[in-house]
Amino acid sequence: MGLGAEAALGDTVVTTRLDQAVNWARSYSLWPMVFGTACCGIEFMSLAASRYDLSRFGAEVVRFSPRQADLMIVAGTISYKQAPILKKIYDQMCEPKWVISMGACACSGGFYDNYTTLQGIDEIIPVDEYVSGCPPRPEAVLDAIMRIQERCKNDSGIVERVSTHKGILDA
Amino acid sequence: MHNREILVTSDKIKSTIENLKNKEDFNLLLDITAIDYLKFPEVTPSRFALVYILRDRTFKKEVVVKSYVDDHNLIVDSITDLYYAADWAEREVYDQYGIKFKGHKNLKRVLNHHQFVGHPLRKDYPITKGQICTETHDLMDEMTPLLKSYGITDEDMEEIMLLNVGPSHPATHGTIRNFVAMEGESIVACVTEIGYLHRGFEKACENHTYNQIIPYTDRLNYCSAILNNIGYSKAVEDMLQIEITPRAKMIRVVTGELSRIIDHLVCNAANMVDLGGLTNFWYLFEPRDLTYDLFAKLTGARLTNSYTRIGGLEHDLYQGFEEDLEAILVNTEKAIDKALSLIAHNKIFLDRTQDAGVIKADFAINAGITGPNLRAAGVAFDLRKDKPYYGYENFDFDVVVGSHGDVYDRMMCRFEEMLQSVRIIRQAMKIMPSGPINVDHQGIVLPAKKDVYTNIEGLMNQFKVTFEGIKVPQGEYYSATEAGNGELGFHITSDGSGTPYKVKCRPPCFYALAAFPRIAEKGMLADAVITMASMNFIAGEFDR
Repeated sequence: MGLGAEAALGDTVVTTRLDQAVNWARSYSLWPMVFGTACCGIEFMSLAASRYDLSRFGAEVVRFSPRQADLMIVAGTISYKQAPILKKIYDQMCEPKWVISMGACACSGGFYDNYTTLQGIDEIIPVDEYVSGCPPRPEAVLDAIMRIQERCKNDSGIVERVSTHKGILDA
Repeated sequence: MHNREILVTSDKIKSTIENLKNKEDFNLLLDITAIDYLKFPEVTPSRFALVYILRDRTFKKEVVVKSYVDDHNLIVDSITDLYYAADWAEREVYDQYGIKFKGHKNLKRVLNHHQFVGHPLRKDYPITKGQICTETHDLMDEMTPLLKSYGITDEDMEEIMLLNVGPSHPATHGTIRNFVAMEGESIVACVTEIGYLHRGFEKACENHTYNQIIPYTDRLNYCSAILNNIGYSKAVEDMLQIEITPRAKMIRVVTGELSRIIDHLVCNAANMVDLGGLTNFWYLFEPRDLTYDLFAKLTGARLTNSYTRIGGLEHDLYQGFEEDLEAILVNTEKAIDKALSLIAHNKIFLDRTQDAGVIKADFAINAGITGPNLRAAGVAFDLRKDKPYYGYENFDFDVVVGSHGDVYDRMMCRFEEMLQSVRIIRQAMKIMPSGPINVDHQGIVLPAKKDVYTNIEGLMNQFKVTFEGIKVPQGEYYSATEAGNGELGFHITSDGSGTPYKVKCRPPCFYALAAFPRIAEKGMLADAVITMASMNFIAGEFDR
């Protein structure tokens, strides 16, 4: 038997903190913006298809409009030519937002150590979860999404999380 | 094995090619590339040479026109008025090597970004020297003259809306940027920009041994990795003049055709998502998922298989392969059946796809379009029939052709081609020969582990093949196979060492995409979306 409203009304009500309730809801309704550029994008299709079924984690509403999304999944190689676009799309997403870097190329450039490939997207935008693999298995991405869910539950929605990151495209 | 090669002086390039086109019917321009001989061990007449690869009307003969370019001005005549395909091909040579083409209307970079300085495929450009791009190009330098050429005046411009479709847009299925001028719902003019996934494949090839390149080829057309592995390995094997074992050939046929199936599956599935038919996506993805399982068992990877090796294959078939394969084939037939039952007699689908995004056969050939996109336009060009390799001539299968070259034809061609691939696989499994999967050749295939651990010769051999690579005799060679999107060619230059001097990939959808703006123009925006999906542009392939 609790205190306050619960004492009077029994277990017909649950008291909690507002941000905890919001974060709980948010963590099970992540709307991903898939920045799929290459091979990893094809693996993401597998992740969304019936077998791995992303909707079990409440994250199947894939939004290609960044303004409606709160989880960016960068799936594929980012070249220097692509970098300003990635930055622009990331900036258009509303807070709070999270980023999964899917696959070797997004994490570090992978085996494309050359004149055209950005050596990891964290040179441009902050990254929350790195997933290894070339491309990663869908299970590995599911694991990253679950870790993002944990972060959602712990982070307070009103904390501004990205102002400390300075990328090569930030003036 | 040698291609027919014609060596001409640089002022004769255009007239030679014109002659070939008019007198010998070489009306398909496959590729243009350059070679930088700066670090080549032999002395050459000049630093740069241009290479033009053409195919004739019967599709059986190819010819290579080669010309050394004057080092001082690096200018040659453009052949864009002979072939539409030359437009982007020449732009790429300019971008990567800095050779200028006189008479080209829009000679600017195509793969690298507009702030890039220098020409990365020149031998004196360091591989890791990246250059930051801070903003995207507005493309008005292409759009304004294009609109003018269509007779749009400044007054009309008030009615016109400029719209970017891409580079990050669900309809592009990757990273293509289509910049369109719209009048209401219709596209008046379209400019396509690529290069957003340019990953330096060709430069990487010049810094890795022949076998190390195979993983890079996976990531060209990542929807059908094994077909790229086969195309590349075959080119190198032809240069080495070795014939792979009968079993290796047959396994390559089986896994290659299976890759073609999953390539077409994902193309049609994604197109139907764009059309609003999500159910088909789930139907068609099931056999694809099963194929991933089989490939994971066979090669260790789901998507990027790296299955072939120069001279053979990485692994032999596993026990139970045949049952797994048959299950996939049955499942594929079932999935196609289910998908077709939803669309074949569906009026909405028919109205939506028929006569949308029409490609005329003449234009397709002039633009260098090959594969299912060309066959849907009614031209029966399939390298498996026209220049058979690996015993394709012994299989009973049909080349699928369409009649209109519209979105409907392209989708139906892909459905039928999958069923033809199923036929080929079943026939191949029946006559699968036994025996080794690798050629018996010391300098090409790694020795058995027991030799490496027990005798010095085996150990030396292992060391040499791994570190120095396979020594390919000096020369230049073009070889092509029929990949998921059409003619996938590799033009390889060897200086005799274990690392290729230069590898040029002829990506089929690079040319299809170059033609796309002309196909989309005068159509509706919604039709452009499904046209794009039906032509199966794979960013890894056209951007390399």
